[in-house]
Amino acid sequence: MLNINNLHVSIQDEKQNSKPILRGVTLNIKPGEVHAIMGPNGSGKSTLANVLAGREEYQIQQGAVQFNNVDLLSLNPEQRAAQGLFLAFQYPVEIPGVNNMYFLRSALNSLRKQRELPPLDAADFLMLVKNKIKEVGLSENFLQRAVNEGFSGGEKKRNEILQMLLLEPRFMILDETDSGLDIDALQMVAKCVNRLRDAKRSMLVVTHYQRLLDYIEPDVVHVMAQGRLLKSGDKSLALELEQKGYGWLDINASEAQA
Amino acid sequence: MTNSYLKEVVNKTYPYGFVTSIDADAIPPGLSEETVHAIWQKKNEPEFMLEWRLRAYRHWLTLKPPRWAHLNYPEIDYQNIIYYSAPRSNNNGPKSLDEVDPKLLDTYEKLGIPLHERSRLAGVAVDAVFDSVSVATTFKAKLAEAGVIFCPFSESLQKYPELIEKYLGTVVSYRDNFFASLNSAVFSDGSFVYIPKGVRCPMELSTYFRINAAKTGQFERTLIIADEGSYVSYLEGCTAPMRDENQLHAAVVELVALDNAQIKYSTVQNWYPGDAEGRGGIFNFVTKRGLCRGVNSKISWTQIETGSAITWKYPSVVLQGDHSVGEFYSVALTHNHQQADTGTKMIHIGKNTRSTILSKGIAAGHGQNTYRGLVRMLPTAQHARNYTQCDSLLLSSTCGAHTFPVIEAKNPTARIEHEASTAKIGEDQLFYCRQRGLRVEDAVSMIVNGFCKQVFKELPMEFAVEAQKLLEVSLEGSVG
Repeated sequence: MLNINNLHVSIQDEKQNSKPILRGVTLNIKPGEVHAIMGPNGSGKSTLANVLAGREEYQIQQGAVQFNNVDLLSLNPEQRAAQGLFLAFQYPVEIPGVNNMYFLRSALNSLRKQRELPPLDAADFLMLVKNKIKEVGLSENFLQRAVNEGFSGGEKKRNEILQMLLLEPRFMILDETDSGLDIDALQMVAKCVNRLRDAKRSMLVVTHYQRLLDYIEPDVVHVMAQGRLLKSGDKSLALELEQKGYGWLDINASEAQA
Repeated sequence: MTNSYLKEVVNKTYPYGFVTSIDADAIPPGLSEETVHAIWQKKNEPEFMLEWRLRAYRHWLTLKPPRWAHLNYPEIDYQNIIYYSAPRSNNNGPKSLDEVDPKLLDTYEKLGIPLHERSRLAGVAVDAVFDSVSVATTFKAKLAEAGVIFCPFSESLQKYPELIEKYLGTVVSYRDNFFASLNSAVFSDGSFVYIPKGVRCPMELSTYFRINAAKTGQFERTLIIADEGSYVSYLEGCTAPMRDENQLHAAVVELVALDNAQIKYSTVQNWYPGDAEGRGGIFNFVTKRGLCRGVNSKISWTQIETGSAITWKYPSVVLQGDHSVGEFYSVALTHNHQQADTGTKMIHIGKNTRSTILSKGIAAGHGQNTYRGLVRMLPTAQHARNYTQCDSLLLSSTCGAHTFPVIEAKNPTARIEHEASTAKIGEDQLFYCRQRGLRVEDAVSMIVNGFCKQVFKELPMEFAVEAQKLLEVSLEGSVG
């Protein structure tokens, strides 16, 4: 489904110097698989998530990304969304004055239009969203508020999951969705995510902590440091990281080899 | 960054830029006492008007154009302007809509303002002003039943000269400022509204201003009087053809609210803004002021300013009656090379008077957007209150937003609050919307509409949707 091949990405700092962040990431995710990426702060996990979704302040230096045999990097963000790629943001933004329900319906109908499906009218959409919002544990009055405005950290994350349930993506990226969530919220989020799991959907879960992976069980766990995937394994790797930290991976040694 | 992906957005051109080819009866360009006399004569006005106009003209000669605004434009040659131009077919004024030149009806049809009986805007009475004269007024009979007077200014001078003599210039005197003096000398038409005691005007009143003839200035005057306990909601709209030269629009609007009366005045200003290089466009120098003369009276200004090359206007409220209320809600958008210097004045005289100012400035392209406001609490304004909020949204790195708030408090019990913010449209917000599948232009208009929401909700229902669409059109191709 998703094939990342030797991806090198950099960003320009204030002095217009190009600073490398991803330094040769190769990753293959098959339909139905859940991959987790763990790693210390600044290792490039969130950059990878944002680059896949099409954020434009990054420069692709080298490499390619195929998504269902489409050259993902040639598409703009809304085209990627139409292909079924969804990013649950680490820091969902507030959009003052824009009604949440209106935003959700516009997003869904925009995707439907790109997929040549007829738009949902207000009544049909209301039925749909009322069901989904219960699942994420938000009350209906969140639909009448401005997008994420004044939401608590946990409410913002639930609102992300609500969007995911509505848009029914084929490939989901969860960027530190667990941060800022209490244990009840975490379980609820995991339940929603797991309900979407099937043989055709895949997922990339970016997290600092093993805790989330107790609820969303990954097929493959990768460790990222300094812009590279250093080690991959099954879910026991996550447990090992939890016990030993990242030090034993000998990040510096791998740096020296580069 | 945003630049690269926003280039795909297309620039849409001004949709109202067409010219109606119609035979005009015009006075040659130039301004003198003879011009003033000729206008007075053409309008067949009462004697007192000639004196008033001439006093205004003589005073104007002593004035210099104001240069304090944050605006950059060439000197205007007042001798090169046509001060009066009327469609010839309109010479004696149409008695009914059947007599209106079909070309004029077509023009308004194209502008989305149908004047025909059958296709009229439901629930809105329209006075259509074409260049210097009013060409049609709808729903006159229905309004007359309620005792409401809504007619062209020139007609009011024939029918109700005593009302005009009593109120004209009482809110904006002919000495008020350069453009108000000029207007007083040469104004040719406009709308007059009188709402009798205790009457709630049964429909929205609306005047639609159209500049058509080349080299012609439009100088209209609007006077609205809300007698005790009455209510009226009034809306004005404006468009003009696309031309390379600049055209002057210098209007005066006076509102008078007596005891317990309310006036809600909304403007959707969409004069031709000039092209992408800043050629052409309307110079809009307008004086608008309301006087809350009675106790518990209320005047609200709501303006959506998207047109004109230059906008210079400060709809104000003088809060004379105790417990009176003044409001100013504004969205001003400047794109390409447009410049707007706009805001309000709230003059608190009476006790317990309250005012609210909410200004939203949006600048795109090379646009310059200035908020200029005055809140003055006089010694008599016991316990008066003002709340001001000015927000600016920048859509490009070449535009500018400026705020000049002035506060004068001469009463220690007065309370004044001021909040201001400036933000650049967020990359984060745009990316978030696009990740959810929204196209760039939809995302921009959604974010901007959200920014303006508090103002839009003050517009009459029928026009709130129009205003949103107008903003979308004006914004196309604006982010970068």
